[in-house]
Parts: sequence; C-alpha cells; structure tokens
Amino acid sequence: MASVQIRDVRKSFGDVEILHGVSVPIEDGQFVVLVGPSGCGKSTLLRMLAGLENITSGTISIGGRVVNKVHPKERDIAMVFQNYALYPHMTVAKNMGFSLMLRGASKSEIDERVRKAANILGLTPLLERYPRQLSGGQRQRVAMGRAIVRDPQVFLFDEPLSNLDAKLRVAMRTEIKELHQRLKTTTVYVTHDQIEAMTMADKIVVMHDGIIEQMGAPLDLYDRPANQFVAGFIGSPAMNFLDGKLQANGSAYVQTAQGQKLPLRTMPQGDSGRDVVYGIRPEHFEMGEGGLPAEIVVVEPTGSETQIVARIGNQEVIAVFRERQSVKPGDKISLRPRADAAHLFAKDTGKRI
Amino acid sequence: MVKAMTDAAAEKPGTTTQVLTSDTQEGMTYLESIPRRIVTLWLPLGLIMLILLFPFYWMALTSVKPNAQLIDMETYNPFWVVEPTLDHIKKLLFGTQYPRWLWNTMYVATAATFLSIFASVLAAYAIARLKFRGSQVVGATIFMAYLVPPSILFIPLASVIHFYGLFDSPLALILVYPTILIPFSTWLLMGYFKTIPFELEECALIDGASRWQILTKIILPLAVPGLISAFIFSFTLCWNEFIYALTLTTSVQNKTVPVAIVSELVDGDVYRWGSLMAGALVGSLPLVVLYAFFVEHYVSAMTGAVKE
Ligand SMILES: Nc1ncnc2c1ncn2[C@@H]1O[C@H](COP(=O)(O)OP(=O)(O)OP(=O)(O)O)[C@@H](O)[C@H]1O
Ligand SMILES: [Mg+2]
Repeated sequence: MASVQIRDVRKSFGDVEILHGVSVPIEDGQFVVLVGPSGCGKSTLLRMLAGLENITSGTISIGGRVVNKVHPKERDIAMVFQNYALYPHMTVAKNMGFSLMLRGASKSEIDERVRKAANILGLTPLLERYPRQLSGGQRQRVAMGRAIVRDPQVFLFDEPLSNLDAKLRVAMRTEIKELHQRLKTTTVYVTHDQIEAMTMADKIVVMHDGIIEQMGAPLDLYDRPANQFVAGFIGSPAMNFLDGKLQANGSAYVQTAQGQKLPLRTMPQGDSGRDVVYGIRPEHFEMGEGGLPAEIVVVEPTGSETQIVARIGNQEVIAVFRERQSVKPGDKISLRPRADAAHLFAKDTGKRI
Repeated sequence: MVKAMTDAAAEKPGTTTQVLTSDTQEGMTYLESIPRRIVTLWLPLGLIMLILLFPFYWMALTSVKPNAQLIDMETYNPFWVVEPTLDHIKKLLFGTQYPRWLWNTMYVATAATFLSIFASVLAAYAIARLKFRGSQVVGATIFMAYLVPPSILFIPLASVIHFYGLFDSPLALILVYPTILIPFSTWLLMGYFKTIPFELEECALIDGASRWQILTKIILPLAVPGLISAFIFSFTLCWNEFIYALTLTTSVQNKTVPVAIVSELVDGDVYRWGSLMAGALVGSLPLVVLYAFFVEHYVSAMTGAVKE
C-alpha cells in the first residue's frame, strides 16, 4: 500500500494537449474514482499512472518515489482493463499466477497465493478453465484475481464494469467495494458512470476536457457542487437549471424571464439584477400551493418513485417524488422548489455563488 | 468484439474453422433444393477438382507405365495403363542419386525455413508493435524486396555466394532462399500480430514481462496458426525452387529434386518420362503429407478466420 501524488501533470499527443495540469493527492488506502464524460482524459491519466504512457510534464509519485521514468513492472501496481485482457491461451490459474511466475516465485508459493485469491473471489471451481469458457462476470472476476494475487501497492481499474449487464454491474460494484474494505489497497478507479462514482468512492475527482472540475467526498460534491458542470454531472436524474436574474425585494429570489419567482433562503453577496443560473435537483421539488405553475409533459413511474417532466414557462424540468402521484400529461400543477436546497451559479463563469 | 477475438484466438484453430464452415452451411441449406445444390455446388466443385487433379493423375499414370505404352497412343488408351510396372521407380531410387537429392531438398528447405521464420518473427514483431521511427518505411521496403523477381537477383547473389566460397553447397541455398522467404513471412506475420489485442501486451508489461517474454509467452502462442502458414509457405517455396538451385549448385550430389530430375533424368534430348514423373511424384509426396496435416491452419490464417 502506498500514497500516490499526481502533481501538475500534463499530457500532449503531438501538438494536442489532452491533460492541462492535473493534480490529485491520494492517501494511502483511499478509493479514488476518476469520473467525467467520454474523452476527458481519464484513461490517459490512469495509463500514465501505470507507466503505459509517458508524462509530458509534472510528476507522479507512488509511495513517495517519483515514477516518471520507472518501467511499469517496477511500479508495483496492478491494472484491470475494460476488456479484462485475460491471456486466452492460459487457464484461469495460469492467468492469475503469470506475474508471480515472471518474478520467479516458487511453484508452491504461486499455487498458494492463487488459491487464496481464488477463494476470496469464488473462483476456485473455475481455476482449470480457459477464459473463453467463462461468462462476462467470471472473466471480470478473474481479471480482479490477477490483480490481487500480486498484492500490489496500487490497484488501477479502467471502467471494469462497463461490459457487464446492469444487474451484474451493481453486484460487482458491491464486490469491489467489499474487496477494498478487506484489502485496504490504494485504488484508482476510472468510470464515466456517476452512480458508480458516488457509491464506491472515498474521493471523487470530476474531470472535464483535461482539467479537474472538482475533487472531494461524494456527498460534498452532491451537496455543494463547485460549478454548473459538476452540478449537472453528479446526481441522477440531473439537476435542473433555470436562467434568471437575482432579485432582493423583501425576500431573496431569482426571477425568470417569464416573471416566475424562484425562492432562495439567503441573499448571496452580489448586486441584485445579476444574471444567474438557478439549480434545483429533481428530488427537491414539492408539489402544492404557492409554487410555480407547471404543465405536465410526461409521467414516468418507476415503482419506488415517480418522475415527472413538466414545463415551467418555456423551460422543461424534471421532478422526482417518493409518493405515488395521480397526475397525467396535460395536467396543470404547482411545483415548489425547496429554497434551502437551491444552488446558484454565475451565468457567465458557471461558478457557484 | 475484442472478447470474441481473444476467445477465437485461444480456441484450437482447427475447431474454429470447422464450426465456422458448418455454421454457414447449415444456416442456408433450407433455401436449397437438391437439384439446385448439384448445379450450384457439386458440379463446379467437381470440375475444379478434375482440372486440379488431372496433372497428378497423369504424373502417377506415367510413372507406372511400361516404356512401350508411353509413346504408343494408337494401341493403348493414353488415359489408362495395362500391366503397370515399378521399373521407373526402382531405377530412380536405386539407379540414381535420388535419395540424396531428396535429402538435400529436405535439408535445405527445413534449414532455410527455420532461419527465415526466426528472422521474420523478430522483424514482424518489431514493425507491428515497437513504434519506432520509420517502422512504416521499413515494412514497405521489406515488401518491395519481395517484388524483385529471382531472375534479376540470381546474378548478383551468385557473385556474393562465390565471394564467400559457398558455391555448389547446400549452405549457398540455405542462405539465399531467405531473401524470398523473409519478406513474405514478415508480412504475413505482421498482419497476424496486429490482430492480437494490444491490451494483452500492456497487461503483460504491467505483470512484469520483458519484451522477449511478451513475444515468447504471449504473442507466439497466440500466433501459432500464422506461424504454421508462414512455415508451410516457406517450406513449399524452398521445395519447389528452381532458378537459384540451378545456378548455385553444379555437382550431382549437391542438387535438389526439381533441378536434379530435369538435368539428370534427361539424356541429351531423350526424356526418360517414366523416371521423370516418378521423381516428380515421389518428390511431391512429403508436401502432400505436410499439407494434409496443416491445411486447416493454413486456410484459416490466410483468410484471418481464426481471429474474428
Ligand atoms: N494515442 C493517442 N493519440 C492521440 N490522441 C489520443 C491518444 N489516446 C487518447 N487520445 C485522445 O485523448 C483524449 C482523452 O482520451 P481518454 O482515452 O483518456 O478518454 P477517456 O476519458 O478515457 O474517455 P472514455 O470514457 O471514452 O474512455 C481523447 O480526446 C482521445 O482522442
Ligand atoms: Mg477510457
């Protein structure tokens, strides 16, 4: 186990800069999730950690040692690839023992460690099979087994669950989390799925176009997103954004172009009349008197909750309710945003106010 | 898709092709009536077989025909033989140095093939996977070398061989044949290596493998069908090679089968057809055996069926 420091790392492919100075401190034993939309440079950063891409500038250190020029095999890391990359011509046991064999471990030691790892992951009955004889979930587990056999300083995962079906994904999510709690190995996990990020991470790093938008504990990101991008990215269904102007007239509120008043609890500093974006999560709407007049567009009951897409003025919003709602498209309702749960962002910079 | 690829790669190559063909056949059969199948499938197939196998038949026939029947087309049916004889074959095996020629051919072909495949594996891996500056150019240049015909190259090569004092020895052929074998094998193997997922190598790199270990423990086991086809191709080419063998060997005991049978079994302008054909027939048997063993690998590697 070791801490990992990523300091002002940049990466260019030819003339194109992909990462524009990224710094992430990772403590010993932490589970860090890199999340962001496709193409933002998550995999690239992970591959630089693994030593599969060279570092254009900045430093990466593992366990206090700068590894910029260190060969992958000397970094003492293990990586699980999206497509698992199991060696097709080796059995599960051979796959898992391959790295130990390369290091010249004795046969009995390899055997013992493979057995132990197989036991943890429930792979014991599959040890003599070839990868082609396994299901997707089993392959995934073998890939993880191959990583834990080595007992490395750091685990790296690159979207390990994206090839699995929805149900298995949830199961494996829990399994990986459990494994981490048991082994306490420092882990860097890449995904573009914010639910995975929220449920698994000790610390989430939200990336976008080669920069870090925000870094922090999952619920901090949810409760206090630093900017409009993070606010829209974390949480599902996504936060609603309504444009308006800040007004203080007795109480504080945001006034939309159509004249609706969106309530605020406190008046933030800044001149009234300023252009802002009012953010409210779908679960922070209440139905009832005194709200904004809205017309229902779609009703989507999921059983445990009801999602309603409604139109306020000319903007569509999504609201989620725990209770069942007996409404249908076309109905006129009144939606009341919870003033204490509202977020405000500057219109021009997108920064949180 | 990558998953499917790696799976297929691991499958015993023979079974993959069988599965593929039987699948496609079964999938469409319900569309075809029996008369239709005869016209679209068996008739053309039969014709092709006839055309391809007829020379073989002729060769076999000639090698067992008594001399009298060979040139007399009036009294005897030329497509059949009465009272077959083993005289030609006996004369070939015991009256000439044929076993020696066969041995030469085998020795030269095997040595040249292994030499070429070894060099090709290294070249192909380097060009396909080590992203060094100019790898594209090197790849293209190697292929250009393949396009230069032996009839142009044999004069300069002959003088090189003379210079090293290797003239009229099997070693001369062993060193010259790779000039034609390496370019083709390199290209074939390059194509094959490129179908092996890159991630496997990266994974092995992280697992602690050196380049050499990646090559021997990951790439080569997965490229076996490709290696077999490169092997068969090279071996066949050496076995049948004529122009270099003719120019670079002169003494009877150093010749290979293709050269020896035309130069040693023809007396002046008298063609000893029986022995000639017997020599050609016996000479082609080892190749037939080789093909019979590996034909599935060969076809699948050539068409890329093993991978996707
Ligand atoms: N070898 C390369 N050469 C040039 N550009 C590359 C290379 N590898 C990645 N890129 C570019 O770098 C950017 C980031 O790629 P990266 O694979 O890190 O994205 P990602 O965040 O992992 O996305 P995804 O979620 O789709 O996997 C992309 O725009 C990609 O086109
Ligand atoms: Mg990626």
